[in-house]
Amino acid sequence: MPENPPLLSRVADSVYWMARYIERAENVARYIGVNLNLQLDLPMERAQQWQPLIDTSGDTHEFKQRYGEASQASVIEFLTYDSANTNSIASCLRAARENARSVRETISSEMWTQVNSMYLNMQGQRRMPDPGQLPEIFRSIRLGCHLFQGITDATMSHSEAWHFVRMGRKLERADKTSRILDVKYFILLPSTHAVGTPYDDIHWSAVLKSVSGFGMYRKKHGRITPRDIVDFLLMDPEFPRSIRFCIHCADESLHAITGSPMGSFVYPSERAIGRLRAELDFNSVDRILAGGLHEYLDSLQEQMNTIDIGILNDFVTRLPVGQVAGAHAD
Amino acid sequence: MRFDSYQTQGFQDEMFDADGVVRPEARLLLDTIESLEEGQLLQCQRAAEGLLLQMGITFNVYGDSAGAERIFPFDLIPRIVRSDEWAWIERGLKQRIHALNEFIDDIYHDQKILKDKIIPEEVIYSATFYRPQCAGINPPRRIWCHITGTDLVRHSDGNIYVLEDNLRVPSGVSYVLENRDLMKRTFPQVFEGSRVRPVDDYPSNLLEMLESIAPDGAADKPTVVLLTPGLYNSAYFEHSFLAQQMGIQLVEGSDLVVQDEAVWMRTTKGLRKVDVIYRRIDDDFLDPLAFREDSLLGVPGLVKAYRAGRVALANAPGNGVADDKVVYAYVPDMIRYYENEDPILLSVPTFLCWREQDRQHVLGNLDQLVVKAANEAGGYGMLVGPHSTLDQRQEFAAKIAANPRNYIAQPTLALSRVPTLVDDHFEGRHVDLRPYILYGKEIKVLPGGLTRVALRKGSLVVNSSQGGGSKDTWVLAASPEEVA
Repeated sequence: MPENPPLLSRVADSVYWMARYIERAENVARYIGVNLNLQLDLPMERAQQWQPLIDTSGDTHEFKQRYGEASQASVIEFLTYDSANTNSIASCLRAARENARSVRETISSEMWTQVNSMYLNMQGQRRMPDPGQLPEIFRSIRLGCHLFQGITDATMSHSEAWHFVRMGRKLERADKTSRILDVKYFILLPSTHAVGTPYDDIHWSAVLKSVSGFGMYRKKHGRITPRDIVDFLLMDPEFPRSIRFCIHCADESLHAITGSPMGSFVYPSERAIGRLRAELDFNSVDRILAGGLHEYLDSLQEQMNTIDIGILNDFVTRLPVGQVAGAHAD
Repeated sequence: MRFDSYQTQGFQDEMFDADGVVRPEARLLLDTIESLEEGQLLQCQRAAEGLLLQMGITFNVYGDSAGAERIFPFDLIPRIVRSDEWAWIERGLKQRIHALNEFIDDIYHDQKILKDKIIPEEVIYSATFYRPQCAGINPPRRIWCHITGTDLVRHSDGNIYVLEDNLRVPSGVSYVLENRDLMKRTFPQVFEGSRVRPVDDYPSNLLEMLESIAPDGAADKPTVVLLTPGLYNSAYFEHSFLAQQMGIQLVEGSDLVVQDEAVWMRTTKGLRKVDVIYRRIDDDFLDPLAFREDSLLGVPGLVKAYRAGRVALANAPGNGVADDKVVYAYVPDMIRYYENEDPILLSVPTFLCWREQDRQHVLGNLDQLVVKAANEAGGYGMLVGPHSTLDQRQEFAAKIAANPRNYIAQPTLALSRVPTLVDDHFEGRHVDLRPYILYGKEIKVLPGGLTRVALRKGSLVVNSSQGGGSKDTWVLAASPEEVA
C-alpha cells in the first residue's frame, strides 16, 4: 500500500485550529441558545442570567470595559457579532474559514463548502436580529457546526491531518466543558440549601443542556444532583462531551499521529496528555469535590494548556535546519 | 429568451455570421436556449453566481481592503470553436511553443540566434525578464516553458492572432475547469448532443508532465509540490484548486528549506525531500540569494539546488525573456529559424518604439494604435488609442520619448464578440481566448481554454482586474469518438 504523503507542519496547525474554532463557535451558540430558553422559565431573574456566559468565555474584563452591564442584547452582541472579540461566533467562523482556505487541498471540498457557507451566512446577517428569530439563529449555527463535523468524518480520509482535526475538536470541547462546569458550579453552589426546589432543578438542567447532555444524563443517573452532574461531565467514559471522553479521543489521535503505542510516549505532548488521561481514569468525584472543584478545574486547565503547547512544539514550530526525519532514509 | 433582436453591429461574432445567421456549429445551442421557458435562463445564471460564491471561487483584488475577495463573473452563453479551426490552432500553438522553447534554451546557452543576427543582441540584454543568472542551466529535458497560456484573439478580418505568449506564470486554468463544472451543474440540458470535448483531464496531464521532469535520482513517484505566494495572492484559489486536483501539497516559501543543495519541506515528521516544484511565484521572488534580496516569499538557495539538478522548477526561471513584447515581434523569425517552417498562427504586426522610424509612426498615430509597455501584464501600462483622451495620449507620448525600448504599439484589434446575458437580453461582448499548453514528454494543448469577456459595453479589456468575466469554451469534436 502506498505510504501516506507527509503532512506539512503549517497544514497540521491550520486544520487543528480550524477544528478548534468551529467547536468554539458551536459551544458559544449552544450556551446562548440554552440561556434564551432558560430565561423563559425564570422570568424574575432575567437580568442576572447573562453575566455567567461572559465568565464562561473567559473574556469578563474585556466585556466589562467595552459594554459595562451584561444584558441579553449586549451579551449576544459581544459573543455573536462583535468582530473585535476574537472569541465571538463571527470571529470564530472567520478564523475557521481562513484556516480552511489555507488548506483547501488537504480537506475535502465538501468541508470547505460547508465552512464557507457558514461564514457567508454570518457575514450576510444583520447585527442583532429581531429577538423572536434568535433561537432559530443559534440553532442553525449549532447545526451548521455539527454538519461540518459530520462532513469531516464522512468525507476526509482518517489520516494524519484528520487526527489533527479531531485533536483540535476534542481539546476545545474538553476546555469548554470544564469552563461551563466551573462557572455554573460556583454560581449555583450557594443555593444548594434549596436542593430539590424547582428552580434548582431548572438551573442544573440548563447546565446539562448547555453541553447537550440532559437526555444522556437522565438515562444514566436519573435524579438531578450536583455531584452526579460533576461526575457525568468530568469523568463519564461514554458521554462525548465529558472531559475524560474528550481527552481519551485526543490521546488516541495523538498516538495515531506519532505511531507510538498507546500508554507509552516519545514526544512531550504524549506524556502530558497521558498523565491527564490517567488522572481522569483513576480519580473519583468525591475526592475531587472534597478538594474543591474550582481548584481541580484550574489544574485541569493548566494541564490542557501544557498539552496544547506541547503539540505546537512537537509538530508545528519550525524544526532547526539539519534535523532530517529518520523516516526519510531513501 | 430569444435572439431575434440580437445585433452583431458589424463585429465578428463567434455565434452569428455577418448576415446575422446563426453559425451551423451554434445552431443546437441556440435552439436549446430559445426553447427554454421564460425566465429559466436568468434563473440558471443566478444559480451559477450563487455557486461561485459558495464554492469560494474568488480572486483577491490588490489595493482593495486586505484580502477582499470577488468572484470572477461568469456568463452562461458559451463560446464555440469548430473542430477544424481548433485542429489548426492546436498545430499552430505546438509549433510556436516548440520554437519559443528552442529560443530560450539557445539564449541561455550558445545564443546562435543572436550570432546569426536574427534578433539584435541589445533586445535580449535589455529585456526586463532576461535573467543572466540562468545562463548555462540545463533544466530536465531542456524544457523551459512547461505551462503556457497563450492569448488569442479574432480580428475583424476573421483571422486568429496571437496577442501574448504568457510563458512565465500563466493563470486562469482553474476557471476553465470550474466553468465547465458550473455549466454542467446549472445548465445541463445544453450539453445534450453537443459533442463538447471534455477538459477534466487537465490536472492529470499537468501532474504527469510535472512528474516527467523530476531530476535523476528521484523516487519512482517523485514528490511534486505547488509553491504559492500565499493566501492573499490574487490567484490563490487557483493554486489551492490545482494542488487539490492533483493531490499534491500546496506549500509556501516558509515550508521549504534548502540543505545540501536539495530542497526539503517541513513536515510533522521532520524534513522530506521535494523533487519537483510547480512554482506560482515570479522569478524575482523565488530565491532571495539569486534574485531580489528583499523577497520574503521565496526559498533561499533554491536556484542553487535547481542549477545543481537536485530539484526541477516549472516553469523554468528566465523563460520570461520571451514574454517581452519586443521579443514577441521576432517570434515569426524564430519559428522560421528553429523550425524551418512558416508560422501557422499569425502575430499582430508590432511597431518597436526604439526604432526611429517606428517611433515616429507610433507618435503620429497614437489615436489609432494600442500602446503597451514591453513587460507589463494584466492590462496595465496600456493605452487603447481609439478610446483614449488627449491627456492620456500626451502622457504616453512622454513615456515613449523617455524610454522607447519599453514601448511597442500595435493596430487596435477589433476582437470578436459572443452574445452575453445583459439584464434580461443578449448583447455582444468582446472576447479573447487563452488555451493552455503543457510541455513534458510531448506537447499537449487543453481543448478549449479560458474565454475572457469584457463585460463593460464596448470595452476591449478582458482582464479580471478590469471588469472582465469569463465563459465556458466549447471545442467541438469532429466525431462522437473524439468526445470520449
